[in-house]
Amino acid sequence: MSSIGTGYDLSASTYSPDGRIFQIEYANKAVENAGTVIGIRVKDGVILAAQKLLDSKLLVPGTAKRILTADMHIGLASAGLRADGKHLQTRAREECKNYRDNYMSPIPLKQLSDRLGSYLNAYTLYSSVRPFGISTLISSYDKNGPQLYAIEPSGLYWGYQATAVGKGKQLAQTELEKLNFDELSMHQAVFEAARIIHLIHDPTKDKGFELEISWVGKDSQYKHAHVPAQLYDEANEFGRTQAESGRMQE
Amino acid sequence: MTANFTSWGRPFTDAKMDMYGGDITQRYQLGAQQLAATSDNFTEGVQKTQQPIVTGTSVIGLKYKDGIMLAADNLASYGSLARFKDIQRLYGVGDNTVIGAAGDMSDFQHVQHELESLFIDEYCNDDGHTLGPAQIYEYLSTLMYHRRSQLNPLWNAFVVGGVDPKSGESTLAYVDLLGTTYSAKTIGTGYASMIAIPLLRRLVEDREEPPNEEEALEIIKTCMKVLFYRDARSLNKFQVAKITKSGADISPSMSVETEWGFAEGIRGYGAQTQ
Repeated sequence: MSSIGTGYDLSASTYSPDGRIFQIEYANKAVENAGTVIGIRVKDGVILAAQKLLDSKLLVPGTAKRILTADMHIGLASAGLRADGKHLQTRAREECKNYRDNYMSPIPLKQLSDRLGSYLNAYTLYSSVRPFGISTLISSYDKNGPQLYAIEPSGLYWGYQATAVGKGKQLAQTELEKLNFDELSMHQAVFEAARIIHLIHDPTKDKGFELEISWVGKDSQYKHAHVPAQLYDEANEFGRTQAESGRMQE
Repeated sequence: MTANFTSWGRPFTDAKMDMYGGDITQRYQLGAQQLAATSDNFTEGVQKTQQPIVTGTSVIGLKYKDGIMLAADNLASYGSLARFKDIQRLYGVGDNTVIGAAGDMSDFQHVQHELESLFIDEYCNDDGHTLGPAQIYEYLSTLMYHRRSQLNPLWNAFVVGGVDPKSGESTLAYVDLLGTTYSAKTIGTGYASMIAIPLLRRLVEDREEPPNEEEALEIIKTCMKVLFYRDARSLNKFQVAKITKSGADISPSMSVETEWGFAEGIRGYGAQTQ
């Protein structure tokens, strides 16, 4: 360990001689160890799915949700330090309200990404703070259609057709690239999302998990919400059996 | 009126003196400390709302068999001028509550915004709870009383109607710029409290059984017609909100048949010479 960083990693406001900021890279490490979150943008809406790793078998099912809501039409799901994710939701909520108070209309996702990006970036500039240990996917549907953005610990943000963050990022992205987003309905995308989350989970290695799926778009009356119980059960079961049969073939 | 509560209810000449003849205007000034703390060069120039500007007239509401029915016309007046004729004065908060607003329309818009913010805040908690009519009414009446206590009222009278989707319990209640609250089977604000309430009491409250939807709509139309005849700040174009256990629905604008032939025979007003 002693060779890592060699003194240049003690503060987010210090560069290493080759121009890196180690604190941000460590924040990305926190993201890489976290349960996977994926987002899929299709014609009529956006789906978010999260692999909620269970720290204890005693947790009440369906509690301590990872997919959060920032406004009627905006969902956000973070991979990384859970408390940082909750804090970012609080900030996102304030930004959404602030925009509504000033402009009397719902905030476009690009605006929210920009504001949250700036907020995260501010935590990479001072020695007295640490960067956020989260990568966050945010989804929305508004008059500009379905939108999906990912925000990194550095404050960088990107718009996506589909993306994944967290432990199973690589495998999930490979799977996502196979999908035809122009053809998929929201309903189908829910099932695909469930399949991918189950697929990247290795029951022999990983601890137990709970699947979470939310959507925003036509099928949810353009509100961000967790998918209804019945659809959730169907998708979860579908994902589980698909992933199992996949493993059998290997 | 003075903000000095020791003067309330006392003759004006006595108002400045306590029982020993001391000048009490220099004492017990409500919020005097805050005022001193926040005052600057502009404090003298600050005015609070002292009159409504663009106004809506009465709102009526009644309880019927399946829930609550509200009605308000589409007029926003500027003084006596019928300035805006397509204003919606019924506002749905969530799926189970509708509020009807009389009084200042800009204050009403502000209240709509406040309630929307509140509703989104609750939605973001994502805990399976939503605000029902009882909660929204409680919030609204607290807000109204708070503002009147700051001597800066929201110049409205609101009728809140709704049915709780879980318990099926219906709410029909009133709150105004003074923070006055009450609930009843029939409610009318302003002009309607004089013109429509006697009708509503006879047609709704004196019955054995509450009216069904069809009868309720007829009663509403009757009242809106009489209000249009009598209230010079009204319009024969109104909307009706129905709130039942399954949700709220605000109708498109409608009107009622009116008969003005009798006006020919009226003497004593206007330009006629005999």
